[in-house]
Amino acid sequence: MLSGRLGRLLVSMAGRVCLSRDSAGPGRVGPVEAAIRAKLEQALNPEVLELRNESGGHAVPPGSETHFRVAVVSARFEGLSPLQRHRLVHAALSEELAGPVHALAIQARTPAQWRENPQLDTSPPCLGGSKKTRGTP
Amino acid sequence: MSGSLGRAAAALLRWGRGAGGGGGLRDQGVRAAGSGAGGGGSGSAEQLDALVKKNKVVVFLKGTPEQPQCGFSNAVVQILRLHGVRDYAAYNVLDDPELRQGIKDYSNWPTIPQVYLNGEFVGGCDILLQMHQNGDLVEELKKLGIRSVLLDEKKDQDSK
Repeated sequence: MLSGRLGRLLVSMAGRVCLSRDSAGPGRVGPVEAAIRAKLEQALNPEVLELRNESGGHAVPPGSETHFRVAVVSARFEGLSPLQRHRLVHAALSEELAGPVHALAIQARTPAQWRENPQLDTSPPCLGGSKKTRGTP
Repeated sequence: MSGSLGRAAAALLRWGRGAGGGGGLRDQGVRAAGSGAGGGGSGSAEQLDALVKKNKVVVFLKGTPEQPQCGFSNAVVQILRLHGVRDYAAYNVLDDPELRQGIKDYSNWPTIPQVYLNGEFVGGCDILLQMHQNGDLVEELKKLGIRSVLLDEKKDQDSK
């Protein structure tokens, strides 16, 4: 049984280990990632925008831009349900989501919520996808 | 490594205190039945409308609850398992490309997994996780007449 703080620390540590292997290339930002960042900045005027290409942790070729995780902190989320917030993000990225991006993990917080818990969640390990073999994270 | 991360993640799911969401405003993004793709195929709006209303809990996954083929789909399965929800309908989009695209159109939601409670679209893995962490999932299940086993576990702890 893990207490809240210890649990969060373990998961964030595990996340850091995975993320160091997951990036598409050391410091390389691909065109899809750049487009996502630009569109979210324009649509949501975020206080905080953390965007990670997690494609490296999935069963796709190196250099792919198919799986992303984003944390967006924006006052535009005030009064919106989680579903409405996610739909706002989807709307800003409709082109990417109709195209190369087929997984997008979203944390959509108001500034007050982020200050309460400034923590980027981590994604669960890949289980192989449509290749029907278990991938190793 | 994946085993211990899985256990840690499961424990975190149990004890996490994530940020709460906004109010329970009804989702306006789901298309009405009859619009979108016509015909009687597995991805048609009419078919999907019937599917999501047939059971109280309906999920669209990559893979099956016994063998999920996607980490996010697996997270949905694990959350339902944590709450002791056994009686739910799970549809594997990897088996059916028409279903895979059809449910995205029907829900107006671009990714899998997708969760429906009482015929109403709830969201994907992130939202279900958030609902689990902030107690909303227990409440929503209760409205459907499903008692989460986590309530019983909490009771056991409170009485110790």
